[in-house]
Amino acid sequence: MGAINTIEQLEAYRQEIAAGIKADLPTVLVCFGTGCQANGARPVAEAFSDIIEEQGLELNVNIGIKTTGCHGYCENGPLVALQPQGILYLKVKPEDVAEIVEKTIRSGEVIERLIYQDKTTSDMVAEYSEIPFYKHQHRIALRNIGAIDPTNIDDYILAGGYSGLVKALGMKPDDIITEIEDSGLRGRGGGGFPTGTKWRSCVAVDSDVRYVMCNCDEGDPGAFMDRSIMEGDPHSVIEGMIIGALAMGSHTGYVYIRDEYPLAVKNLTSALEAAREKGLLGESILGSGFDFDIKISRGGGAFVCGESSALMRSVAGEVGEPRAKYIRSVERGLYDKPTVLNNVETWANVPEIIMKGAEWYAGLGTEGSKGTKVFSLVGKVNNTGLVEVPMGISIRELVENIGGGVLNGKKFKAVQTGGPSGGCIPERLSDLPVDFDSLTEAGSMMGSGGIIVMDEETCMVDVAKYFINFLVEESCGKCTPCRDGLPRMLDLLTDITEGRGGEEHVAMLEELCDLLTWGALCGLGTSAANPVLSTIKYFRDEYDAHIFDKKCPAGVCKELITYAIDPEACTGCRLCAKNCPQECITGERKEPHVIDTAECIKCGLCRDVCTFDAVRIS
Amino acid sequence: MTDVTQFDSIIDRYERSEESLLAILQDFQREFHYVPEEGIRRLSEVMEVPESKIYAMGTFYKALSLTPRGRHTIKVCTGTACHLKGAPQILETLERELEVKRNGTTTDGEFTLECVNCVGACAMAPLTVIDEEYHGQTRSSKIMDIVKKRAES
Ligand SMILES: Cc1cc2nc3c(=O)[nH]c(=O)nc-3n(C[C@H](O)[C@H](O)[C@H](O)COP(=O)(O)O)c2cc1C
Ligand code: SF4
Ligand code: SF4
Ligand code: SF4
Ligand code: FES
Ligand code: FES
Repeated sequence: MGAINTIEQLEAYRQEIAAGIKADLPTVLVCFGTGCQANGARPVAEAFSDIIEEQGLELNVNIGIKTTGCHGYCENGPLVALQPQGILYLKVKPEDVAEIVEKTIRSGEVIERLIYQDKTTSDMVAEYSEIPFYKHQHRIALRNIGAIDPTNIDDYILAGGYSGLVKALGMKPDDIITEIEDSGLRGRGGGGFPTGTKWRSCVAVDSDVRYVMCNCDEGDPGAFMDRSIMEGDPHSVIEGMIIGALAMGSHTGYVYIRDEYPLAVKNLTSALEAAREKGLLGESILGSGFDFDIKISRGGGAFVCGESSALMRSVAGEVGEPRAKYIRSVERGLYDKPTVLNNVETWANVPEIIMKGAEWYAGLGTEGSKGTKVFSLVGKVNNTGLVEVPMGISIRELVENIGGGVLNGKKFKAVQTGGPSGGCIPERLSDLPVDFDSLTEAGSMMGSGGIIVMDEETCMVDVAKYFINFLVEESCGKCTPCRDGLPRMLDLLTDITEGRGGEEHVAMLEELCDLLTWGALCGLGTSAANPVLSTIKYFRDEYDAHIFDKKCPAGVCKELITYAIDPEACTGCRLCAKNCPQECITGERKEPHVIDTAECIKCGLCRDVCTFDAVRIS
Repeated sequence: MTDVTQFDSIIDRYERSEESLLAILQDFQREFHYVPEEGIRRLSEVMEVPESKIYAMGTFYKALSLTPRGRHTIKVCTGTACHLKGAPQILETLERELEVKRNGTTTDGEFTLECVNCVGACAMAPLTVIDEEYHGQTRSSKIMDIVKKRAES
């Protein structure tokens, strides 16, 4: 079928797709996100295709196979979901495929070896929806991911896709904006600016040309929701952008996307082509007379290009440096025209809000932060991955109920939120509701939704140093406080972690933080203080231990630790000695080994290889 | 490398607009593993933009490199999740064993060692990407085996 020219035709087409699908057809969904492909999903999918082809005729069973986007549970990939059984298999290998077809698909039997087992309770769970990681989720932005094939527009349409657009085409542009305003949706890219308000101020500016843009630069090093949405459900973003364009009278859109996300670029490109073919993009969308198309702009790998004015310069083919803050991009954005830039997740929410109404959306979340948020729960936690939950869930619920607690039974110390612009929140505040305002109040930030769990083996001074180092490398160097202040902060933090810190170091850090917060030109600099100030505020004792006792309590800072072998635990297996690059571990076979600390370069290899956990850090 | 047609075939994929500059440079990078001087000259001629502007982009954008790279590129993810799970040890091991500093190329031209900020697979931290191949949950004691295997392939 070619272009769809009317709203009625889209509905007819949806029914046509539905009619072509047998409801009881067993379907194998193989996750084809970046993570699962890295874990070997392709050979698994191929094994399914082969077997289906081989056995299909003979057994007279019809099996559908679909490759989907990231389910957010990449750690356990390759993931295979089976419909209609609703079973999820983890870490599937090509060798398992024949058995899955034979037992589960044909006889409905569950293969225990492949299902989820709770690390703490040892409970086995086969049903997708019952796995704790998924059970507590409420998926809006991630609504289709894992269930549809992102490269097949029919899948999206069948799942109700483009109905939001149909509804919007029947609304007055002003009413679309009101709907978004009333929903309380706030931008998911970090700042949490109310989306409807932004749209309203853009249309208030008189101009014949305006742009809508999508920010898929995802610079926060530890968050991957935008990648997952773009890979797994690009049409939800496209549909959101068309609705936004309709509301604001824009005819050209741009998606700025990280070039480090090749699969996301590929799936977006093919989704745009499919949408054009179906008449959902281009001239007179669905015969409405409204024209709109979207271009892709691939980012060049600079964190600062995620900042709106830098991003717009980068799209225009220039060096991506931010400009003065007082110029608002809703008034003078891309090519100096009124421009609305929203984050991937923000756009993905728009069609659902239009479809289900502002009231429905505003019924979720907290007073000041409506709806749901996708978090990237990573670090020292048992279940890592992407989770979408209503705003206002507590840190504890996230880490313990969904994340299944801290890895290896270690002690939970803190979470870091908001990436390089955010801060660390200690365990004792973990009943704090996660929403825009509470996190800011606690000295951190929502940011893009990265939640990095830290345990007793994470050094908070090292974390602060890590982020400042990141920012030094990413600073564009345009303004002095950031260009000169950040390296100075890095020096001070390095001094502390290497045992050269004095009492005055902390005071100097605080002073520099002040300078950046008030003097820097763009958000990179003005929020750079957060990782430092929040760690000083909540973990002053760790700074003091480095400064006064010359000790790193977490055992991370190399200059302040020594490696030693616990003679009680060592079995004398010699593995560490074989791996030591300095050849400074000695001992007889089956006798406790000893490290010559004078030669040791603290590379940590011995600790990594020892299966008896006999290498200790002190 | 004075044959301009190989640059033109990339340039021709795009609109003649400054908007295309970054994309073209990225394609150069992908094709030649760096942005060659001749490519910049050609791009400047065709697009009628000063070479200095293209050089400025080449130095600003991290994805672009103005010097030739090794046959294999090893990217160690140094994003937050990977940092906490042992990326620094992996990086140090590679630096020591390959005798090369980060962002450098081994003297035999075999490997370039790079750091990247999050490749979007944090749930599998720590990540190492060798050429286009992702290795999740890499350990410092295993990394050299992976690298050697790749070098032989
Ligand atoms: C240094 C810096 C980096 C940023 N990086 C991103 C990013 O990677 N993705 C994003 O959506 N927003 C990023 N932002 C925020 C954007 O400037 C902008 O506020 C956002 O894209 C607007 O969309 P939203 O209202 O939907 O959140 C960044 C801001 C700064 C100051
Ligand atoms: S704060 Fe930093 S990144 Fe932002 S403009 Fe100034 S130097 Fe550039
Ligand atoms: S690897 Fe562990 S158990 Fe084996 S000799 Fe070394 S310290 Fe002892
Ligand atoms: S830390 Fe490295 S150098 Fe030191 S003893 Fe262990 S393996 Fe050898
Ligand atoms: S890529 Fe498969 S779960 Fe993330
Ligand atoms: S931090 Fe390494 S993949 Fe995200």
